[in-house]
Amino acid sequence: MNIKVLGACASAIALLGGAAQAEISGDAVKIGVMNDQSGLYADLAGQGSVEAARMAVEDFGELDGASIEVLSADHQNKPDVGSNTVREWIDVDGVDVIVDVPTSSVALAVTEITREKNKVFLVSGAATTQLTGEACSPTTIHWTYDTYALAVGTGRAMVQEGGDSWFFITADYAFGHQLEEDTANVVKEEGGEVLGSVRHPLSTADFSSYLLQAQGSGAKVIGLANAGTDTTNAIKQANEFGITQAGQQMASLLMFLSDVNALGLDVAQGLVLTTGFYWDMNDETRGWSERFNERAGQMPTMVQAGVYSAVLHYLNAIKAAGSDEAPAVVEQMKATPVNDFFAKNGTIREDGRMVHDMYLARVKKPDESSGPWDYYEILRTIPGDQAFLPLEESTCPAVNQ
Amino acid sequence: MVELIGIPPQLLFGQLLLGLINGSFYALLSLGLAVIFGMLNVINFAHGALYMMGAFAAYFLLQYLGIGYWPALLLAPLIVGAIGIVIEKTMLSRLYKLDHLYGLLLTFGLALIIEGLFRNYYGVSGRPYPIPPALAGGHNLGFMFLPTYRGWVVVASLIVCLGTWFLIERTRLGAYLRAGTENPTLVRAFGINVPLMMTLTYGFGVALAGFAGVLAAPIYQVNPLMGSDLIIVVFAIVVIGGMGSILGSIVTGLGLGVIEGLTKVFYPEASSTVIFVIMAIVLLIRPAGLFGRTA
Repeated sequence: MNIKVLGACASAIALLGGAAQAEISGDAVKIGVMNDQSGLYADLAGQGSVEAARMAVEDFGELDGASIEVLSADHQNKPDVGSNTVREWIDVDGVDVIVDVPTSSVALAVTEITREKNKVFLVSGAATTQLTGEACSPTTIHWTYDTYALAVGTGRAMVQEGGDSWFFITADYAFGHQLEEDTANVVKEEGGEVLGSVRHPLSTADFSSYLLQAQGSGAKVIGLANAGTDTTNAIKQANEFGITQAGQQMASLLMFLSDVNALGLDVAQGLVLTTGFYWDMNDETRGWSERFNERAGQMPTMVQAGVYSAVLHYLNAIKAAGSDEAPAVVEQMKATPVNDFFAKNGTIREDGRMVHDMYLARVKKPDESSGPWDYYEILRTIPGDQAFLPLEESTCPAVNQ
Repeated sequence: MVELIGIPPQLLFGQLLLGLINGSFYALLSLGLAVIFGMLNVINFAHGALYMMGAFAAYFLLQYLGIGYWPALLLAPLIVGAIGIVIEKTMLSRLYKLDHLYGLLLTFGLALIIEGLFRNYYGVSGRPYPIPPALAGGHNLGFMFLPTYRGWVVVASLIVCLGTWFLIERTRLGAYLRAGTENPTLVRAFGINVPLMMTLTYGFGVALAGFAGVLAAPIYQVNPLMGSDLIIVVFAIVVIGGMGSILGSIVTGLGLGVIEGLTKVFYPEASSTVIFVIMAIVLLIRPAGLFGRTA
């Protein structure tokens, strides 16, 4: 009897010992950063996101008995290319987590694969709310922003300032459609109306035709439901065609720091935008961003800052859980609040949404800017519980059960 | 309100004019391709990259030397033309005896290298280039607001296109060029330096691309990808117009710009494919292109 008890104690201790030492598959944590590294979204994510992931790994330090490796790949904004890369990464290279993946159409394809293969997917670059809605997955966490937050931030602010009739110029794929839909909902909720919309192919150079249609609609606000160089070209040409001078307002629903940098303040001044992060907010954000700038040669966009925050939180969770098995890590990540330069008291909901404060910003006039990258004036903080779709309204099947 | 084909005439006229403006770029670029193909039998896939370099040349001149738009309009094509001459002398001229495919592959590879280098140093968001003050602002035409600069683009490209057509089809130099492509040995026997002529032709063809690049700089971002976005469409236009036909490429460039513009009103989702649909139809009905001669 006593021997049996002893034996049970011994095996219990052995089990505990085993759990305390991290059980890392393949003795390596492999982080696969995949995004657009050559096309229109390469500056807002691209190599900068890879660099941010590397910084997170370095800042995290050592993991007992396992190495940490960062891989990167270009998905060229094509769902088929992205799917193939992710399958190869997981099946052949033993990658544990997929990170970033801007371009919603690609992210939606990836989330199906990581669900099937039971791997973690940390989304920073993609925007569509479907990732935490119909397409939500137990191992997908949507970190930085989404189309709902952009609609609530910029959309509501514009309507409240009198812009109550809208015309949308929309990128013709998953992201654009979702952003238009979410914004249109907010506009109608606030008592405004939507007069029409036009859809353009991804990566368009000439927007004059669409702008002319928007002008002809007589809407007070022209909402740009697109991103990257599509947005910058549209804004530049709206300026050229005298659209803003004639009294119509441009609403750049998704605009990154890299876009403002490319446009120059002369053209971009006065635009209102929603962002999850701005480098010049406090000592903490400045400190990290300057380190990033030294390595990447540009100040971070919210996507790149979000990649760092997500990867660091992920690695800390592995350490705490003592395992790199997806369900255990995700459970640990959801149980721990996110506290770093990017988010204060951020929480990860059961639908995979990381809830944190967003900011409404206005692009400075050239004479208000003190130098390179001094672009935003933060108008107000949008608290996390207002910025993101309330859990009760979520269409995620796992939530409604 | 009176409606024409289902849309208000104001909108229709506006779109026709915008199509003409885009068509001007197509015409300039496809003209350069047609000249090069007509004289050298080379399918110049580096054309888009050289167009992009024209825009960047204008940007560098302004940024580092303080040289503005008007001098750049002359200098940038010269720079791009000079680069073209180096490419022709050192690489392309060795391939004339081989199949077309080799020239295509070489220039395609060059385009990838050039674009890759620019992307590496300047990212993909591009750099801003201001509209020259003399052409800022615009005029209200009643049916639309026409930015002065866009009007200038149409005028400038029409002048250059027609000038090129005149040079090749109506002058003695042009006659030499055309003769040189028909029968180089015979023309050489008359004491004309055919290899030099071909080098200069390539230089001139890509200078046209450089010129289009400077024209485009103030409208679009000066962007490493601006050429690759455009070049496929321009190739389709050259195929529709007929490879090597000078006048054909000009007329087709303008015409397809207008058709594309109208597609953006009636069915915007198809605006990036309409030109290829037309290309497929033309190839089925007239394989040599609308203005091409059957060999």
